[in-house]
Amino acid sequence: MAKVIALGLALLAFWLALSGHYTPFLLGMGVLSTGLCVYVASRMGLIDAESVPTQLRFSLLFYWAWLLIEIIKSNYQVARIILSPRINLGQQLVLVPTAQTTDMGRVIFANSITLTPGTVTVEIAGQALLVHAMTADFVPSMEDMGRHVAAVEEGKA
Amino acid sequence: MTLPYAIELASWACFSLGGLMLLIGALGMIRLPDFWSRIHAAGIIETSGSLFMLIGMMLQSGLTLVTLKLVLIGVFLFIAGPTASHAIANAAWVAGLKPHNLKKDEGILLGRKDS
Repeated sequence: MAKVIALGLALLAFWLALSGHYTPFLLGMGVLSTGLCVYVASRMGLIDAESVPTQLRFSLLFYWAWLLIEIIKSNYQVARIILSPRINLGQQLVLVPTAQTTDMGRVIFANSITLTPGTVTVEIAGQALLVHAMTADFVPSMEDMGRHVAAVEEGKA
Repeated sequence: MTLPYAIELASWACFSLGGLMLLIGALGMIRLPDFWSRIHAAGIIETSGSLFMLIGMMLQSGLTLVTLKLVLIGVFLFIAGPTASHAIANAAWVAGLKPHNLKKDEGILLGRKDS
């Protein structure tokens, strides 16, 4: 039930952000349409920890800020490789163990790896991720990232 | 509508930096040797290229609803982008495409899927 309310509030906030018109009639339409969406979603059995991840800690926002800095750092590294007169790659496929306990945590970790240039998640193999890295320099930062994700994922259920 | 000089300047600095990153990404697409390394050039375009362009636009629009929409575009872009990149990389892996000149390959430990 908490998840239903959370989804309804999130959709309503989204509707308000996109609409920009706040007359009573249009607001009423917004409430109606979000209500209909929540009703259809719950009838289809779509409301679970995967679609409404309220179990994630609030510190996810701090993680995003940290990740943004990491992204800019590795952007600089990749740009330097591209602009160097002789491109010198040491491509690698490495297995990165995941410290996360939930599927959602692993998804966040895998997507974060792909989002930072220089590393791309290729395959998920049980508890580990197969990652393609441009050079060996990109590998050590991933363990650090894994710890940060593990700190975000486990919250109250 | 005129913006304060400092904000205008910051906005154009963001646009220039974003444009530069887009150019570097495009250059990487041409210069890098194979599929696997070119994914990372695309990564530059979709992260810092789009990020700085969006920040530049946010500075132009100030504290309005437009800025909120730009933030939402950024959030969705940063969730959808890596998902698509992973789908492409995974398809190449399943199809058996090998990176050029691999220095270290732990993919062998997994055993390749039958394609």
